[in-house]
Amino acid sequence: MADARKGYSVRTLPGFAIVALFTLVALYAPIAILVVFSFNEGTSLAIWEGFSLRWYRQAIANEAVQDAALRSLFLALSASFVATTAATMAALATTRTRRFPGRTIIYALINQPLMVPEIVTAVALLIVFAWIKVWTGHTSMIYLIVAHTAFCIPFAYLPIRARLETMDMSLEIAARDLYASRWLTFRRVTLPLMWPGIVAGLMLAFVISLDDVVITEFVKSAGQETLPTYMLGQLRRVVTPEVNAISTAILLAGAILVSLFFRLTNRQS
Amino acid sequence: MIQIENATKTFGQGDSAFTALRDVSVDIAANEFFTLLGPSGCGKTTLLRLIAGFEPPTKGAILLSGSDISRLPPNQRPVNTVFQNYALFPHMSVAQNIAFGLEMLGKPKAEIAKTVDEMLRLVRMEELKDRRTSEISGGQQQRVALARALAPHPQVLLLDEPLSALDLKLRKEMQIELKRLQSETGITFVFVTHDQEEALTMSDRVAVMNAGRILQVGSPRDIYERPSERFVANFIGESNFLDAERIGGDVTLAAGGSFAAAVPEGVPEGKVSVLIRPEHIRVRGGQPEAGELSAKVETVVYSGDATTLHLRLATGEVLKARMANAPDSDAAVPAEGQDAAVSIAPGAVTVLRD
Repeated sequence: MADARKGYSVRTLPGFAIVALFTLVALYAPIAILVVFSFNEGTSLAIWEGFSLRWYRQAIANEAVQDAALRSLFLALSASFVATTAATMAALATTRTRRFPGRTIIYALINQPLMVPEIVTAVALLIVFAWIKVWTGHTSMIYLIVAHTAFCIPFAYLPIRARLETMDMSLEIAARDLYASRWLTFRRVTLPLMWPGIVAGLMLAFVISLDDVVITEFVKSAGQETLPTYMLGQLRRVVTPEVNAISTAILLAGAILVSLFFRLTNRQS
Repeated sequence: MIQIENATKTFGQGDSAFTALRDVSVDIAANEFFTLLGPSGCGKTTLLRLIAGFEPPTKGAILLSGSDISRLPPNQRPVNTVFQNYALFPHMSVAQNIAFGLEMLGKPKAEIAKTVDEMLRLVRMEELKDRRTSEISGGQQQRVALARALAPHPQVLLLDEPLSALDLKLRKEMQIELKRLQSETGITFVFVTHDQEEALTMSDRVAVMNAGRILQVGSPRDIYERPSERFVANFIGESNFLDAERIGGDVTLAAGGSFAAAVPEGVPEGKVSVLIRPEHIRVRGGQPEAGELSAKVETVVYSGDATTLHLRLATGEVLKARMANAPDSDAAVPAEGQDAAVSIAPGAVTVLRD
C-alpha cells in the first residue's frame, strides 16, 4: 500500500494548504469556541469575562443533568452490550461458516441502519411503539434500549467483522486438530483473538448511543430525558455556558473512547 | 497402521465439481516416514486433510489401526498436523502453544509441565519457552509447531510442506532434525512435499501423485531408479527418454545397442520408451567400440561437481550425460563438436509404462 504512494507528496498539490486550513477551521474552530466558553466567568456565549469552573459546578449540581446523565449512561451501556453480543454472533456467522445462499443479503440487513435515514427509523419506531404503549400501558426504558440496540448493531458489527477477517481460519483448524471441541476452540482461540474487535465494537456502539438525539427524541416517554435531549430542550429556552460545559464533558468522554477504539483496531495481533 | 481404501474427494457440485482425489488406496506402516510427493494440485494435501479429518472423503474409507475413522471429527483422531504456515496461536507463549493439545486432552498439570519440558528439549527451544510466537524466527516457529504437534504423542504426525517457508540452509538442517525426531519418537510421519530431493533424502517410502492419483509407491531408490511411468521418471531427477524395441527382458535402442532392462508389469512387447539417467552414461572422445553408441557432442556445461554434455545420437535423439568431475577428468571430457563414444552402465535402462 505504501509503495504505491511513494514519491507522491500531497504537499506539492496546488491549493493544498488553503483546503487543509479551511477544513481544519470548519471542523475544529466551532468546537474550540464551545470548549473555551464552557470556562467563561459570565453568562454570555459571545463575550469572554474570565476563567471559571462555575458552569461545570452548576451542571454537576443540577439534578435534571444528573438524572439525564445517569439515564444516558444506563441506556448506552445496555444498548451497546446487547448490540455487541448480537453483532459478535452475526460476525461469526458471516465469516466463520461456509458460504451459504443469502449471505450478502444478511450482510446488507445487518447494516441497514447505516443506510436508512435516521428520521425514517425514528418516525417508524414512534408509531409502532405508540401502539404497543397504548396496548400494554407499559412505558419503561425498554423502548429506548431496543431502539438504541437496533441502530448500534452495525457500528459494533463492522469492527468485529474486520477483526475476524484478518484472523487466519487455520488457527481454529489447528485447535480442532489438537483435540479441542468446537466450544473450547471458540473459548480458547477464536474469542481471545477477536476480543480487541469486540471491545472496539462495544466502545463505538456506546459512543453512538450516548450521542443519539433524533431516535431518542421520538421514542422517549415523558420524563425519559437523556443528556442530548435534555440539552436540546435547554437550547429552546435560555442558553447558558452550562450547555457548553456538558458538551465538553461528553466530548471528552467520546474522544477518550474513540482514541481507545483506534488503538485497539490498529494494534497488530 | 493407516489404510486408505478407495478414497475419492470431490469438491463442489454439478458443473463446478472438482475431483481432487480419485480412488486412492495406500497402506502406511507403523513407524514409517512416508512421503506424498507431487506437483501442486496433485491431491497430496487433500489426502493429508482427509487423514487429519478436516474434510470427509466423498467415497472410500480411512482406517487407523484397523478401525474406520473417516467420519470422526479431527479432535477425536490420535493424529496431529504440522501446518505449512505453522498456525501457531499468537496470543500464547511458546510453552502454552506446546501445552495446548495436552490441556485439551485433560492431562494432569504435572504431566503437562513435564511433557512440555521434554518437547522444548527435543526441539532445543528451552531458552525461548516464555516468548510470544511473533518474537521468534521462522525456523524457531517451525520447531514450536513440531513440538506442539508431537506433545500429545499422536499415533500419526502429518506434515504439510512444513519446510517450504525456510531458506535452503535451514531447510537442510530441518530435514535432518525431522529424521532424528521421527526415529526418536517412533511416531509414523506422513510428509507432504513437492520437492523431490526432500522426498528422496528423508523418506522410508514415497508415493508419487499426479492429478488425484497415486502413480507409484516405493522406496526412494525404487522411485528414482525403477520409475514405472514417464511422469514419475520426469518428476524425479533428470531423465533421458529413448525409443526402443523390447523382446522379453532385453531392449534394443533405436540408436543401437542391446541391454538387459527392468520391465514394469503390464508393458507389451515391441515398441517401448526407456529411461536412462544422465549420470549412468559415460562419454569419451573418439570412435565407438563394441557395445558403445556413436554421438556428436553439442554442448558441454561445467557446474562445479559435475559436467553435463548434450549429445546428438545417430537417430537424432538428444542424450544428456552427467559426469562427476575429478581433478584429472578435464582431459577425458570431449569438446563441443567432437565425435564421442557413449557407453551405458549395466542395469541403467528402465522400460516405462506410458
